[in-house]
Amino acid sequence: MNKSINISTDQLINYLLHLADNSLIMGHRNSEWCGHGPILEQDIAISNIALDLIGQARNFYQYAAIPIKQSTNQPINLTTEDSLAYLRDTREYKNCLLVEQPNGDWAQTILKQFFFSTYQYYLYQQLQNNADDQLKAIAAKALKEVTYHVRWSSEWVIRLGDGTDESKKRLLRAFDELWMFTGELFEPASYELNMSTDFILMKEEWNKKVCSVFEEATIDVPVEKKWHQSGGKTGNHSEHLGLLLAEMQFMQRAYPNSEW
Amino acid sequence: MIDLKDKQAVNKIWRILETVTDPEVPVLSILDLGIVRNVQLNGDEVEIYITPTYSGCPATDAINTNIRMVLLENGFSTIKITQQLSPAWTTDWMSEKGKEKLKAYGIAPPHSKQIVCAPDSFQKEEAIQCPQCNSYNSRLVSQFGSTACKALYQCNDCKEPFDYFKCH
Repeated sequence: MNKSINISTDQLINYLLHLADNSLIMGHRNSEWCGHGPILEQDIAISNIALDLIGQARNFYQYAAIPIKQSTNQPINLTTEDSLAYLRDTREYKNCLLVEQPNGDWAQTILKQFFFSTYQYYLYQQLQNNADDQLKAIAAKALKEVTYHVRWSSEWVIRLGDGTDESKKRLLRAFDELWMFTGELFEPASYELNMSTDFILMKEEWNKKVCSVFEEATIDVPVEKKWHQSGGKTGNHSEHLGLLLAEMQFMQRAYPNSEW
Repeated sequence: MIDLKDKQAVNKIWRILETVTDPEVPVLSILDLGIVRNVQLNGDEVEIYITPTYSGCPATDAINTNIRMVLLENGFSTIKITQQLSPAWTTDWMSEKGKEKLKAYGIAPPHSKQIVCAPDSFQKEEAIQCPQCNSYNSRLVSQFGSTACKALYQCNDCKEPFDYFKCH
């Protein structure tokens, strides 16, 4: 299944779960806006993005379920896309800290989306040339959708930064809240090594895009600020993920195997 | 009993699939959409290869169920539906007949000259023809519409808001 000889089954599983968890948690956060968007069109936009991300997560979970089923050292109950999403606990989730951060106001939601979508854009550009056929196919498909997310969120960053004093103030506050979680995106966890992704190139491209959008948004922020918080990729999450999972997983935990 | 090994059987399946429509855009058949990539017979089993339009398209599950139902009704009992992600679906695969049906239904069809989304912000928008009054004087209201595959436009002449099936 995997054409690259250096990658163990466990590594592939962890890597796929990491990609899936990123998309699922970001998608779930976006879905919290459904019915609460500032205007109808933007409510629809962010719900659309939620749907795209949850769709990506499904593709990654479905793919991860195949080697998990064949593996002898993985929990036997976690062999479907649903059980992977609904029956794993906080420490088993491998998403980066950025995506689990609360939505805050519209500026914080937008900036988080922009940081994350830009990261996904450059990551999937690399993954669409991966040696693993299925990974390649999922990335190529998702890249088309992520392109819309990048465009939509960067236009909003520009609108808010170059808007009123109030919108600018809020965007700067969002920057202070979120910047410390962006470093983790480019710090590879052990399962991300040897997956043929060039983290240095990805970081360069990401920085370039972020700086050009910030410039257009007329905001001057200390992007070279050094301190970064990490841990999410290896299961050390902020308190926010537990609360998110408690809500997202409630039905399956309270009524095991329920369907509708 | 139908002879599944017969080429006629495959042709018959394609004709049956023509009757399965997109639950969100009921004027389009799944063949118009271009999401059926292959029909194959493996002994008694019918295998249909479907490519999703969007990763998170909720219509995909409904379409799979409908394919199963209509094939069962027509005497095919062993049905396998395989999701094929690669190559990724594009609006280029939508049939010309499908595009005409969309327009008649009030949805602007995807531009025949593919202009897909690029990440740069505030690009010049392509001119989309209003499906009601045929004017090209329209404006983008939102990149994201009532379903993942559509954007929201408004005609500046007849003032009608309309959906545009965006290039993808």
